[in-house]
Amino acid sequence: MLLEAVGLRAAYGQSKVLHGIDFTVRKGGVTALLGANGAGKTTTLRAICGMVRTEGELRFEGQRIDGRPTEAIVASGIAHVPDGRGTFMELSVEENMRLGAYTRRDRGVAADFDRMFTMFPKLRQRYRQQAGTLSGGEQQMLAIARALLLRPRLLLLDEPSFGLAPLIVQEIFEIMRRINEADGVSILVVEQNASMALAVADHAYLLETGRIVLSGPAADIRRDESVRRAYLGY
Amino acid sequence: MDGLLHQVFSGLATGGIYASVALALVMIYQATHHVNFAQGEMAMFSTYIALTLIQAGVPYWWAFAITLVVSFAIGAVIQRVLMTPMANAPVLASVGIFIGLLLMFNSCAGWFFGYTLKPFPSPFGEGKPMLAGYLSRHELGSTAVTLAVLLSVWAFFRFTRLGLAMRAAAYNPASSRLVGVNVDRMLALGWGLAAAIGAIAGMMVAHVVFLEPNMMSGVLLYAFAGALLGGITSPMGAVIGGFVVGVLENLGGAYVVGAELKLSLALVIIVAVLVIKPSGLFGRTIVSRV
Repeated sequence: MLLEAVGLRAAYGQSKVLHGIDFTVRKGGVTALLGANGAGKTTTLRAICGMVRTEGELRFEGQRIDGRPTEAIVASGIAHVPDGRGTFMELSVEENMRLGAYTRRDRGVAADFDRMFTMFPKLRQRYRQQAGTLSGGEQQMLAIARALLLRPRLLLLDEPSFGLAPLIVQEIFEIMRRINEADGVSILVVEQNASMALAVADHAYLLETGRIVLSGPAADIRRDESVRRAYLGY
Repeated sequence: MDGLLHQVFSGLATGGIYASVALALVMIYQATHHVNFAQGEMAMFSTYIALTLIQAGVPYWWAFAITLVVSFAIGAVIQRVLMTPMANAPVLASVGIFIGLLLMFNSCAGWFFGYTLKPFPSPFGEGKPMLAGYLSRHELGSTAVTLAVLLSVWAFFRFTRLGLAMRAAAYNPASSRLVGVNVDRMLALGWGLAAAIGAIAGMMVAHVVFLEPNMMSGVLLYAFAGALLGGITSPMGAVIGGFVVGVLENLGGAYVVGAELKLSLALVIIVAVLVIKPSGLFGRTIVSRV
C-alpha cells in the first residue's frame, strides 16, 4: 500500500470533522473519495498533508507521516492540488512552476518543464503572464503542473472539476488518466462530480459526515443502488 | 539654478536612506500585513552597535559587516520569539507588539548608550565635495552604498530560488508549504533581511544627523510616506517613493515651508496618498478571474 490511514480523526478547534476513518491508496491506482458538501473530503486531504491537527495513523510507503510538518510530507513525495487551486496570484506562471520544483535539486527539472508544456500548451503561451490573470481552467492546469513538477509518487486532487466548463472538466480528467497511466503517479481524488470520478477511479470510498459508509471497486460503487440515486442522479 | 540642483542631489542622497527603510517596511508588510513601527528604532540600535565596535578599534567596514550579521540575527529572533505566536492574533495585538518593540529599543539605547548626540564616522572621508560641488563625499558614498543594497536585494528576490520562496511565503503561506517551502524559516529570513537593510540606512544617516536614540523617528516617518506614496504592496514603488520624498522634503524645506516645518510634509504626503490613491503610485491591483 502506498498510503494507509488507520482511525484517522481530524478537527478544526472544537468541531470534529473526521471520526476515525480507515482507507488505503493502492500503488499505481486512482482512488476516489466521494461525498456531499461538508462530508469531510477536503479535510481528509488536508489531514494527509498535515494541514489540520489529526489523531490516528497515516503511513506513506510504510513510514509514519502523521504529525510531521506539511513541507516535510510534501518533500517525501506527496503533492496536493488544494481546494481553490492555491495559485500564487501575484507571481508569474513561470515562477509558479519554479516553485513546484522547489524541493528538487536534480537535473531533470528543465525536461519536466517541457513535459508540462506538452501536456498543458496554454501554460507555454502564458509563461510570462501574472498567474492571477489566468482563467479558472488555466489555473487548475497550472496547479496540476505545479504539483507534478514536484515529481510526486502520490497526487492529491481536491475537486479538480470545481467551477469549470464541462469541456475543460473532460480535458482535466483525461490528463488525470494520462498522469496515472503514463507517469505511474498514484492519485487520490476528491470529487462532487461522482460519475466523472468513478469513470477514472479503480477504487472508491463514500464519506458521510466524517465516516466512511461505503467502499469498494469503483465499478461496484457505480452499480450500488443508493449511490446511484444520491450521487449519480439517475 | 545651481541651488536648485544642489537641493535635488542632496535630496536624492537622503532619499536613498528613506528608500532603504521604506523597502524594509514593505518587506515586513508583505509578510505580515502590518507596518513594523519599530523598524527605525531597530536600525538606530544597530547603529549604536556599529559605533561601539568602531570605538573599540574595529575598522569601519568590519564593524559594518559585523553589525549587519548581528542586526540580521536580532530581526530573525524577534520574528521567531515574538511574531510567530502572534500569527493568528488580532491586528491590535500585533500593533501592540510593534509599539512595545519601539519603546524597548528606544529606552534600551538611552539606557546603554546615553541620550547625548554622538558623532558617527563616515567611511568616505570629509574631503572636498564631488560631482562639480553638488554632493559631499559622504552623500555620494552613502548613495552608492544604498543603490548597491537596493540592487542586490532586487536581484536576490528576482533571480534566486530562496528569494522566490521568500516572496511565495509572504504572498501565500498555505500554498508555499504545499510546494515544500518552510514558511516559518522564510519569515524569519525576511525579518533578518529587513533589519539588516535598516541597519545600513542607520549607519549611513547617522553621520549626517548624529546618533541619538530618537535619530530614526523622523527618518521612519519619511520612509513610511515614501512607502505609501509608491504603494505599500510594491517594493519597487516604495524605493521610488523613498527617493521622491527625499527630493520633495529638501525642495519643500528650502523653498516652501522652511526647515522647521519639513516633517509636516511627510504627514501631508501620507494623508494625501490615503485620501486620493490609497494603493499608491505603483501599488498592485490584483486581477483574479474564476
